[in-house]
Amino acid sequence: MNNYFKVLRPGINSTFQDLGRFGLQHLGIVASGCMDQLSFCNSNKLVDNKISEGALEFAYQGPLLEMNGENALVAISGKVNFNLIKKNGEIIKGKSNESFQISNGDKIDILSTINSVYGYFSIFGGFKIEEVKGSVSTLVKAKIGPNNGNKLKIDDKIFFRKSHQTNKLKKIDFDFDKDNVIRVMKGLQVHYFSKKSQDDFFSKEYKVTKLTDRMGMRLEGVKLENTVNKNIKSEGITKGSIQVPGDGQPIILLSDHPTIGGYPKIANVITADYDKLVQKTPGTTIKFKLVNLAVAENAFQDYVRKF
Amino acid sequence: MLKKISNIGDCGITCDFGDEVNKNTNKEVIKLFNFIQESVKGRKIKGILNFTPSYNKLIINFELGQIKSNEIIEFIKSSDYSKINLPENSKTVEIPICYDEEFALDIKRLEEKTKLNFKEIVSKHLETNFFVYMIGFVPGQPFLGDLNENLYHDRLDTPRIRINKGSVGIVEKFCTIYTFESPGGWNIIGRTPFELFNINKTNTSILSPGDTVKFKSISKKEFTLFKNE
Repeated sequence: MNNYFKVLRPGINSTFQDLGRFGLQHLGIVASGCMDQLSFCNSNKLVDNKISEGALEFAYQGPLLEMNGENALVAISGKVNFNLIKKNGEIIKGKSNESFQISNGDKIDILSTINSVYGYFSIFGGFKIEEVKGSVSTLVKAKIGPNNGNKLKIDDKIFFRKSHQTNKLKKIDFDFDKDNVIRVMKGLQVHYFSKKSQDDFFSKEYKVTKLTDRMGMRLEGVKLENTVNKNIKSEGITKGSIQVPGDGQPIILLSDHPTIGGYPKIANVITADYDKLVQKTPGTTIKFKLVNLAVAENAFQDYVRKF
Repeated sequence: MLKKISNIGDCGITCDFGDEVNKNTNKEVIKLFNFIQESVKGRKIKGILNFTPSYNKLIINFELGQIKSNEIIEFIKSSDYSKINLPENSKTVEIPICYDEEFALDIKRLEEKTKLNFKEIVSKHLETNFFVYMIGFVPGQPFLGDLNENLYHDRLDTPRIRINKGSVGIVEKFCTIYTFESPGGWNIIGRTPFELFNINKTNTSILSPGDTVKFKSISKKEFTLFKNE
């Protein structure tokens, strides 16, 4: 018997992701991978998968899925408003960060993420999706990944592995960091910006704009004045780099960033604060706090303890 | 010569080979790139996720839970990589190009700027052995150089919203081939039917940094009949 979910509504940007596709950036292939690593790993932990197992990532509004097949253990992580619609029509309010059982004919209706952007859907045993170059992450722009590199669309079938189990239901105590301070280290071209602009950047508020997706987050705030050169020789890009094009408004490069770029970079978000950053919704104001490498490495030790 | 190594955030470093953009500088970059690639393959260093060469820099990304930047910097500094004989991986690739007017969108603009006629522009483009400086921005897109200096021109003032896959463009001393349909501001002189990038093939990208490219002129008919293997 085939076990699958039928996509009745795809959601805004629903893609399969894992921890990323590595070792190919020199050929122009960015790592991609889940945006919020902690939430992604939580969804796998809740259903007893290995934490790197591929999960379905959704943004804002998620999919409406109808399950066909044997009973399965699933979980939704992040802060998500969703319903489990039983075959008999009964609607059960879903609880994120708790695993639950679903049966043939049940539907999962992922309505929205709550004051956040990304959520994850995992199933015990994992989805039956094709690895491309060692990863099930999807890079929609280049059509790389499972589902032919596409977002979910209506009527797609998502197959999952058969699972003979009676797992205990699990629960994770989880909340997002409420504060809006993002710690950064100085960027390679920080000296391209006037002293005043450096002070502004590391102290004033910047607003997350709607022009934000898996590739980058455009910010709006005090204009940054470049006193050296608005372009640099194109160089490799790192996730979390904050580049400033000619208009003086910063863009944070996120998981699907271009592999090389020619704008000067004023700062880099530290690893420990990346998950927090990507969950900030448009309209939120954030503030950058300058830290050094030692602080960033210590913060990372605290961050990994959450996994 | 490797001039400086700096941190990029807490999980990246950049190896800077100086400000000059030329083949010699880039060859130094690629030497280090090859060394890192071999070291990763041979498990001589752990936690390396990506290593991306560009004109004059090599950027290395790593997993902070596995290794720290000072360990990688130490690894590079303590190894005499420039003296190590690495397998010569670079190759020469012939790429068919059709200069038909349907594809050569900016030929008029170039004629005006360079004071050369169409034939002269084409022959200068064909006689060049192009060096692959780097690949990226989008998957498989090569940045080639150096163009014959009589062909140098600036970017378009207003980039095109859509450039077809396979379009060949030039800007300053560089030449590129669009591997995906995308926006772009380069001067388009022709188009290739040759598929440089295919994620489903074992050899995903035909070109690698350090390779040589030679263009071969084909007719519109040959363009239409061309089949990728």
